[in-house]
Amino acid sequence: MSLEGLRMAVPRGALMGETLDLLDRLGVDTAEVRANDRKLLFEDAGLITMRPSDVPTYVEAGAADLGITGKDVLAEQSERDVYELLDLGLGPCRMVFATVEGDDPAAEALRRLGVMRVATKYPRSAARYFERTGRQAEIVEVKGSVELAPLTGLVEGIVDLTATGTTLRENGLVIREEIAASTARLIANPVAHKLKAAAIDRLVERIRAA
Amino acid sequence: MIHPIPSGTRDVLPDEMRELRAITEAIRGVFESRGYGEIATPALEYEAVLTRGDSRAADPAYKLFDEHGAVLVLRSDMTIPIARVVATRYAAAQPPLRFCYFAHAYRSVRPQRGQAREMLQAGLELVGAPGPDGTAEALSVLCAGLDAAGLENYRVGLGDASLYPRLLDRLAVPEGARPQILHELVTRDFVGLEREVEALGHEELLRVPQLRGGVEVLEGIPEAGDLRGVYDLLEPSVAERVIFDLGLIRDLGYYTGAIFEVYDAALGAPMGGGGRYDDLLGRFGRELPACGWALNVERLHIARVGEGR
Repeated sequence: MSLEGLRMAVPRGALMGETLDLLDRLGVDTAEVRANDRKLLFEDAGLITMRPSDVPTYVEAGAADLGITGKDVLAEQSERDVYELLDLGLGPCRMVFATVEGDDPAAEALRRLGVMRVATKYPRSAARYFERTGRQAEIVEVKGSVELAPLTGLVEGIVDLTATGTTLRENGLVIREEIAASTARLIANPVAHKLKAAAIDRLVERIRAA
Repeated sequence: MIHPIPSGTRDVLPDEMRELRAITEAIRGVFESRGYGEIATPALEYEAVLTRGDSRAADPAYKLFDEHGAVLVLRSDMTIPIARVVATRYAAAQPPLRFCYFAHAYRSVRPQRGQAREMLQAGLELVGAPGPDGTAEALSVLCAGLDAAGLENYRVGLGDASLYPRLLDRLAVPEGARPQILHELVTRDFVGLEREVEALGHEELLRVPQLRGGVEVLEGIPEAGDLRGVYDLLEPSVAERVIFDLGLIRDLGYYTGAIFEVYDAALGAPMGGGGRYDDLLGRFGRELPACGWALNVERLHIARVGEGR
């Protein structure tokens, strides 16, 4: 039965293990994916693997019928034309605003300089949050370890995703505000959602039951 | 030397143009045989005219000033200009009126998304023919046009813009709860929709917009009577192309009844769409029911190549 010919984009990284466990429960053979770290396309199983932030790109274009990625990614790429079908509850984490311990340097900057600098991998989600809460923030987009930015004086605060808060703590950062909660979602291409409606609906039911 | 053109616009060279022409000529032949007269309107219109009644419906992305300071806009589709033509140039003509066009429309684009700022549309407007007969005719010509264009695996998604609002009415959903529910539907977020309707206790609000498939999905949905009426009028060759989609949403604001979208498995996005807009002409001073559709010719071409033709 597996995926009934549907092609699914699967996120590499933190979500991958739980996603493959879910697929196992659906009867998809994920042994090859687990055994192979470099291969990206698994035709027999109907799976392609990629960075979580690339999943909406492939699904929107129809290169994959379905995809699994975090709500954080979907919120950041909110203009993507994809259906959000199911909250899978996998990989729960929070998007938070954090600064170094002690006196809050971001609040100080905001009071004295009128603007605070914030580093993040999620520039649009961060900008929306500070607009909504009425604070001026200069968003600095970084691609690598965000925790480094406030420790070096690049910024006063960061907006980042955290599951346990360990990495933040280890770098001497404290959570000042929680912005949003995130879990993995099942998304679908809008054309596949019509042309392969029956197969997609059956899969959604099986995931709900799994 | 680099002389750029705006993102989302492009030059068409002879090899591609020959193939695009083959598609548009084939569709033009269908329009002619079905009695649709081709018209052209200016790409530039007065903003005050185009946005008459509903500025969201016209949604012009490009505005400029003429030498007198009047605001001109580039048309974002052909439906509204043709509504203007009907009200002014055909103010006393006996309906139904049948028009077709091959014209460029202009939309805003989001950066780095490969979206078209300027797109070639082939479409028709059937004015003064109410549903369900007018809708069935428009769908029939649509399928004939796609057949003539050489597409074999296309399907037409058929929904109704008024279906969900009427469902909200029947279930007496409080006005205050509706904007958020509709927002989740428009953004295609069924997780959000489930969250919003949970407290209301009406499982139909979540189930109905996810119904897609053959005519059997209309069973037991009182609001789907109009769609059933359209289906009963379709020739078998058209009916077999239809996928009913009770959650179908179109992004233009003027639709009042049946709406449709055209899909091909070779393309990840719709190739075009349309629907009924029974209130639009009244805003220009001539109360007539109408429906129409437009196909994006460049996307048709991509789908045709994707089908291996």
